[in-house]
Amino acid sequence: MYLLLVAIGILCLSGLVASAVGRSSRWATACGAGGVVVAALIGIVPSVAAVLGATPQSIRLAWSVPYGAFFVEVDALSGFFLVVIFTVCPIAAVWGSAYLLQHHGKKSLGPPWFFFNVLIASMALVVVARNGVLFLVAWEVMALASFFLVTFDDDDEGVRDAGWIYLVATHLGTAFLLVLFLLLGEHASSLDFDRFLASPERASVLFLLAVCGFGTKAGLLPFHVWLPEAHSAAPSHVSAVMSGVMIKIGIYGLIRMLTILGPPPAWWGWLLVAAGLSSGIYGVVFALAQHDLKRLLAYSSVENVGIIVLGLGVGVVGLDAGQPTVATLGFAGALLHILNHALFKGLLFLGVGAVAHSTGTRELDQLGGLLKRMPVTGAAFVVGAVAIAALPPLNGFVGEWLIYFAAFNGIAAPGRDTATAVLSAIGGLALIGGLVAAGFTKVFGIVFLGEPRSRSAERAAEPALVMRAAMLALAAGCVFVGCFAPVVVAALVPVVRVATGLPADAVAQHLGEASRLLRWFVAAAAALVATSVLILFLRRWLLSRRDVGAAPTWDCGYAAPTPRMQYTSSSFSQPLTELFTFLLQTRHRGSALKGLLPDPTALATAAPDLLADGMYRPLFDLLGRGLRSVRWVQHGRVHVYVLYIAITLLVLLVWKLG
Amino acid sequence: MWVDTTLVFLALSSLLLLGSSRLSRCVRIVAFQGVLLGVLTMAVAQHDPSLRTIFFALAIVALKGVGFPWLLSRVLRESEVHREVDPLVGYIVSMLLGTLTLALSFWLSARLPLPAPPLSSLVVPVAFFTTLAGLFLIVTRRAALTQVLAYLVLENGIYVFGVGLVHGTPMVVELGILLDVFVAVFVMGIAIFHINREFDHIDTEQLTILRDWTP
Repeated sequence: MYLLLVAIGILCLSGLVASAVGRSSRWATACGAGGVVVAALIGIVPSVAAVLGATPQSIRLAWSVPYGAFFVEVDALSGFFLVVIFTVCPIAAVWGSAYLLQHHGKKSLGPPWFFFNVLIASMALVVVARNGVLFLVAWEVMALASFFLVTFDDDDEGVRDAGWIYLVATHLGTAFLLVLFLLLGEHASSLDFDRFLASPERASVLFLLAVCGFGTKAGLLPFHVWLPEAHSAAPSHVSAVMSGVMIKIGIYGLIRMLTILGPPPAWWGWLLVAAGLSSGIYGVVFALAQHDLKRLLAYSSVENVGIIVLGLGVGVVGLDAGQPTVATLGFAGALLHILNHALFKGLLFLGVGAVAHSTGTRELDQLGGLLKRMPVTGAAFVVGAVAIAALPPLNGFVGEWLIYFAAFNGIAAPGRDTATAVLSAIGGLALIGGLVAAGFTKVFGIVFLGEPRSRSAERAAEPALVMRAAMLALAAGCVFVGCFAPVVVAALVPVVRVATGLPADAVAQHLGEASRLLRWFVAAAAALVATSVLILFLRRWLLSRRDVGAAPTWDCGYAAPTPRMQYTSSSFSQPLTELFTFLLQTRHRGSALKGLLPDPTALATAAPDLLADGMYRPLFDLLGRGLRSVRWVQHGRVHVYVLYIAITLLVLLVWKLG
Repeated sequence: MWVDTTLVFLALSSLLLLGSSRLSRCVRIVAFQGVLLGVLTMAVAQHDPSLRTIFFALAIVALKGVGFPWLLSRVLRESEVHREVDPLVGYIVSMLLGTLTLALSFWLSARLPLPAPPLSSLVVPVAFFTTLAGLFLIVTRRAALTQVLAYLVLENGIYVFGVGLVHGTPMVVELGILLDVFVAVFVMGIAIFHINREFDHIDTEQLTILRDWTP
């Protein structure tokens, strides 16, 4: 516990020092990144201990803020999220230390390191806070720190707009949370989490508030619109932390609320399943249609949050139906997918960042052939892509398999409703899985295979050594969780116990069963790898005594092929995006080809966010028009502003005393 | 006896301020109020004026009675503005409203529950009235200098409230507040000086361009 507070202290202190020495890029980077690494090394010790089932430790200190207390506790659930934070963040920091130095001399690196370290500290504080005021304060610090990180390249207008959208979205989310905690606190007349009582008549309202508030941070449909904007505007290591870790803090809030709100009614589970499914499908379909690598990854984050919430939904349905197997496995799958997504999405963002850093573009159609020029980045990226597509033997498969396993267990449950929910979960998850595989085949194929589509892609080279090391570390994490899946799943018992509130031996029994089945999967994966290696050696042996010719890729039978004849990102995904025209409403610009010898023509496609354009823009326009009529209140005459204050004070006094 | 007299003078001086247009006169009235506060501080502790009370009363007189007026009259000379031109609410109306406010203050103070009975029944109404008069001046006067004066009057009202109700506020707190006010007036004086040099006037009505939103 104290180690954790020391870690948070180191993070804040190193951030302050980094901002103080910001004039020297190297010192700021050393302080900032060094602080994160040291803090993570210290903080991971109590976190792992808590995950493995150490007795929860807490500290409660008085605080002069009304209803506030510095009340922190590390239980298994907090510990699990701390492990995610302290695994991905230091790696992103190391990667960022090389990445940010490209701004050396142009921009002070003090502020980005300060806010980066404060962001990590606040995330750690959010997951251990056990008092409403402390929680909300840490939550707001987290939102503001990430806002300043998103707007790092603030000389770009698009980045400023993205920051603005993010700021509005995150504060709207916090507004829901404020009401949530006020209602909880009113009922319990205290804002300490351990005093909160489950009140059946209000629980549903509280649950909806939690879904809206925490869902906004997590990027759940329909609150996801800030995500593609903010993630594509932020520097890549920040995107990795935001997408890999920060949005999971929203999920943490949701799980924590579920533990507080008492036994859930069935419709909570259906709501979560429905929200998860729609997020997942919406996210992956829009990811398919994107041309900008980081926007694509951001939509993929929406999809993964959908999968996580789907797992939670299946778990809640299981809890309600009295099916501990389904509940345990659903929650375990969601939790494991949180860790997995942090690893592979972090890796993918860092990989895309390396590509953008090296080529200067994130446009899919400007890239190509990078595997030969950036072999290490490419290798790490392919690991991430396979993992996110949930293909064995990597970690992505394990998490989704647990959710499938939970859902299949639920089919046999009595009651038609449970079966409907879990069957739709199975179908949706299968659809999402297929589309993700297609999407990341597209990304990897367009970016790393084929021939370079532009001069900048031709000149690409491997990034700095530390950047490569950071990506390989995350890739190793993906492989590790995949290969040691039985151990990892078995280690989740205390976490799932806290999240579901089920007795420990039941949780251990169900997870042990899953763990035993996973052993077969690891054995099969090992066999697969062994066979592949064997085939590789066989191929080398067969070819060793023959002439091996080299021919251009993407030849397509033409005598003089050019890189422009390759598939573009839109043409690759066109068969799939055609199926989802009702959702995507892709805009095509350009003319069709006419005649036998057509004139040169151009085609551009764009898939703007359906909800952002169709729902939020009209809504905010309407709000803006409505509020324009009261704009005269703000006229700039300071003494009339004072008049407002004076009148308010007087009215309050007269009202209260009269 | 002393306390009541000082408080009555304080209320009257605030009323007078509401009806004054010459800025130099306003500065003098506020200086007078500063001296009154010093007297009040002594009068509250008339039975056993400790060393610390004497020191504090002197500090108040030195700052509010001499220091600020000197600083503000310097700004006045530099800015070459002598009268409050065209206030948003006229002087006669201001005084009438001031009398109404005084009545309201008495009405309010009769209803305000207090932890301990105040030294004199006049403390709370005069404190209210002085505070509200300060607020009223901030709202209705245009010259930036009057606004600083009004801020001082407002602060005086708060001080009266404190000294009349809370016996034995720690000296550190009182000195801290005094220092705050000092810094505020100092900064405002400098700001007015610069505004005047930049725009050739100190009319706050014309500073509306500083708002967030511009049509």
